[in-house]
Amino acid sequence: MPRLDPWTGRGVVITDGAWGTRLQALGLEPGALPDAWNLARPELVLQVAREYVEAGSEVILTNTFRANRIALAEAGLAGEVGGINRAGVEISRRAAARRALVFASIGPSGKMLINGEVSAEDLERAFTEQAESLAQAGPDALLVETMSDLEEARIAARAALATGLPVIVSFAFDTGRNRDRTMMGVTPEMAAAEMRAVGVDAVGANCGAGIERFVPLCARLKAASGLPVWIKPNAGLPAWRDGRAVYLGSPEQFAAHLAPLVEAGAAFVGGCCGTTPAFVRALAAAREAL
Amino acid sequence: MADLHRLYDAVLNGDQKTAVAVTKEALDEGCDPMELITKSMVPAMDEVGRRFECEEYFVPELLLSARAMKGALELLRPLLAASGAQPAGRVVIGTVKGDLHDIGKNLVASMLEGGGFEVIDLGADVAPERFVEAVQEKRASIVALSALLTVTMPSMRRTIEAFEKAGLRESVKVMVGGAPVTPQFARDIGADGYGENATAAVALARQFVQAARQ
Repeated sequence: MPRLDPWTGRGVVITDGAWGTRLQALGLEPGALPDAWNLARPELVLQVAREYVEAGSEVILTNTFRANRIALAEAGLAGEVGGINRAGVEISRRAAARRALVFASIGPSGKMLINGEVSAEDLERAFTEQAESLAQAGPDALLVETMSDLEEARIAARAALATGLPVIVSFAFDTGRNRDRTMMGVTPEMAAAEMRAVGVDAVGANCGAGIERFVPLCARLKAASGLPVWIKPNAGLPAWRDGRAVYLGSPEQFAAHLAPLVEAGAAFVGGCCGTTPAFVRALAAAREAL
Repeated sequence: MADLHRLYDAVLNGDQKTAVAVTKEALDEGCDPMELITKSMVPAMDEVGRRFECEEYFVPELLLSARAMKGALELLRPLLAASGAQPAGRVVIGTVKGDLHDIGKNLVASMLEGGGFEVIDLGADVAPERFVEAVQEKRASIVALSALLTVTMPSMRRTIEAFEKAGLRESVKVMVGGAPVTPQFARDIGADGYGENATAAVALARQFVQAARQ
């Protein structure tokens, strides 16, 4: 039996929203690495995780998106890979308290293979180290997200699968006229075929463009992979008001896309940049109406 | 006789090895370095830009072509300098303060170098004063600012203000870009231009240089 079936068998699963913007609202310095707060301000990370559980998230992620050695090294935190990742899972598990599942987040390295900024071996080491650290703290699954390079996604997926946990790999399709390619030119069909071959449990699309673009992306991922599809769009592109970025899309407008997404085969739906607990509440309400 | 069409193809196909080899051959045979640039390499990069706009090329192809162009240009640069030829322009580039993301910035830097610009790359998390210092020191005429995070976009405005305070605002053109940046935001903070992607950034830099010459 496919490993995600016990969770997806009863219909679409509502996941969480953005963490970084919530942590900034609680005082995280702009540009500072949110992941560092797993050790420095765990009570505030816990607060954000709890907000999502209370809003109705059935899956919450972990504050570990940038906690690979390559990205942490840039912030002078290379020595904290194990601690930040383990703490991230522990915080989310505490917030979930068995009311929600915890999928541990693995983001991109932030470096490009193609121009030699990192080697495949560097990536393999960094993702293996992160995946193992996360797995030690007992998450329900691993989520490799916001990928744009197929080779990097493949390396991260293999490292994640080696832990024995279920693995979801999600791409950021934000490029091209129809916003249906990743920055590196990868189409949903390419991503789906490659990830299926690697043996992941689900594929997905996150970040990227506005939510309306995700309906066709979802259908294409579903058709090309035959796997459960993970969907986590942004709240829309930010607009500039009074010296700060605001996301204009409302939670209700966002949640209106739940039905077409489910129709297109989405198994998990949540929000990426700019979304809040209000978006999760709107999604949960929209699901009741399905 | 070195085949200049091969140089064009090598740049277009992102084949750095061939681009460098053909350039060497051509120079050994006494070809004019400026001619190699204007008749083979620049048209090849223009075609790369066209294919990128048409979505035949994506970032990987762009980077490989820029690298091929850069490899060939490195052979030509000493000869050009000796003959008194100037680079297309001098650009100070960096990701603004508070933001550690450098993929987009690196991409724009590579494409500008491929376009014949001299690029002074200050890296990521660059304070406004460092942009000002670099422009003064290197006598650059263009400043390119990158941000990936919405929360670091205000650092773009502060960087422009630092140029105003230093009395240098009139002597540089400021271009901005990055995922959350919009043309409206660029206008709001008083930037001179916005590039949606790396090829648009090169086109914008060329416009700045041409406008300055007129």
